Amino acid sequence: MDVAIVGVGLHPFGRFPGVSGIDMGAIAIRRALADAGVEWRDIQFAFGGSYEVDNPDAVVALLGLTGIPFVDVYNGCATAASALTLAANTIRLGEYDLGVAVGMDKHLPGAFSADPRSYACPSWYGELGQFVTTKFFGMKINKYMHDHGISHTTLAKVAAKNYRNGALSPNAFRRKPLAEEDILASPMLNYPLTQYMFCSPDEGAAAVVLCRAEHAHRYTDTPIYLRAATVRTRRLGAFEVHSPWLPIDETPGPTVDASRAAFEMAGIGPEDVDVIQLQDTDAGAEVIHLAENGFCADGDQEALVADGALEIDGPLPVNTDGGLIANGEPIGASGLRQVHEIVLQLRGQAGDRQVGGNPQVGYTQLYGAPGTAGVSILSR
Amino acid sequence: MGRVPIAEGIFTWPAHEPQLIGSRCGACGIVTFPSQDSCPRCASTTMEEALLSRRGRLWAWTTQDFPPPSPPYSGPTGEDFVPFGVGYVELPGEVKVETRLTEADPEVLVHGMEMELAIVPFRTDDEGNEVVTFAFRPVA
Repeated sequence: MDVAIVGVGLHPFGRFPGVSGIDMGAIAIRRALADAGVEWRDIQFAFGGSYEVDNPDAVVALLGLTGIPFVDVYNGCATAASALTLAANTIRLGEYDLGVAVGMDKHLPGAFSADPRSYACPSWYGELGQFVTTKFFGMKINKYMHDHGISHTTLAKVAAKNYRNGALSPNAFRRKPLAEEDILASPMLNYPLTQYMFCSPDEGAAAVVLCRAEHAHRYTDTPIYLRAATVRTRRLGAFEVHSPWLPIDETPGPTVDASRAAFEMAGIGPEDVDVIQLQDTDAGAEVIHLAENGFCADGDQEALVADGALEIDGPLPVNTDGGLIANGEPIGASGLRQVHEIVLQLRGQAGDRQVGGNPQVGYTQLYGAPGTAGVSILSR
Repeated sequence: MGRVPIAEGIFTWPAHEPQLIGSRCGACGIVTFPSQDSCPRCASTTMEEALLSRRGRLWAWTTQDFPPPSPPYSGPTGEDFVPFGVGYVELPGEVKVETRLTEADPEVLVHGMEMELAIVPFRTDDEGNEVVTFAFRPVA
């Protein structure tokens, strides 16, 4: 049973004093419903993702208490991918025909924090100041730059691209282009990553309406088919966030596993993808993820970025809406923001950000603590 | 007022030459740090305590240039905060340990450099004790 996305909706990402996470979720759902031309009462099931909102299903109080099965999920930075995967599988199983996946969040400013013990880490690990996600990303890209010849300039170019794309994106948090030299000169947070190379936790919501593929044309002339949606966790030996130790033998990370599984499910390869969304928690993560998802070999990013390959008008357009760097990361919503952008791109509705060449296939990837990744592949 | 470890059971203390305390799986041989009761590779529950090598090589590193969110961080903050290095040191044939580094200068830290265990001051507790922790320092 194939699955189609027939509606997408977004509450802008940023800071919205006085607007709750649930409010934003309801707005995103209403926009997705309107996009699909359906009513809330038509929706047969929903999955809702959030970190800060205990019960995303409480959104029914704002939309209508229709009694549908509405299941809440939290899965770290792959929360939205998990909601999407579960929603798609519900349709694939033949259980229901029309449903919603929604993500919403409203974070305080500053780096994420938690009790290390809830991540199976010892208390002293947090006391010492090592339970910090940003320093993992610093270590990972620093080692990657050493191993594969990536320069600081490349990190700055990637961040500058995403700010530039964010300036073209009406829903983005950061809409001001930043020069490479200003990015490099901003305060160092975790070497080699400076402040402006990182995304920020913020607020926002995103929703999609999914249906059985053979019903798609009831709702839209431009259905976008969800060819694959996968979630994977780390295997022993992967270099992962919040790891007080690692074994000697190395293993690829969960992004590699989720990506390979998604391409296998979709029956296509990276060379078939026309527009890409990658988890850019920081500029280095985008660089690494380009290779981990099979779009280039390790080290090729240096030349690809210098040549502008990842730009909207390049052969491998990545994060055309500015990615996490320009949109911030409301964890529950982030992955559905990626899907929203890919759907607009594949429909040809991305306005100033539209990639050329009549794109047929899009790709999204999420990655985060404690070593969880989600991938989706979408096509016309 | 004495010197107390950040936690019991993670390094031998007091000791002339302190060592990190890990565990080794009696079934598959994998080494973990800190010690744990079950094996993350083969799920065996025959883990035995293992004292780890004091020397290894710097496998990955970065710097922590801002005070980590507190809690859980309990070290110096505000004007007392001093940026520190953090990385993984690969202890040959055993395990890669995530650790503070005594060095935080990117001009000095080099992937692959030889490092050795050091016990260093971390903070002062409410009773006036000096809380010490493990770290690794470049071998001169």
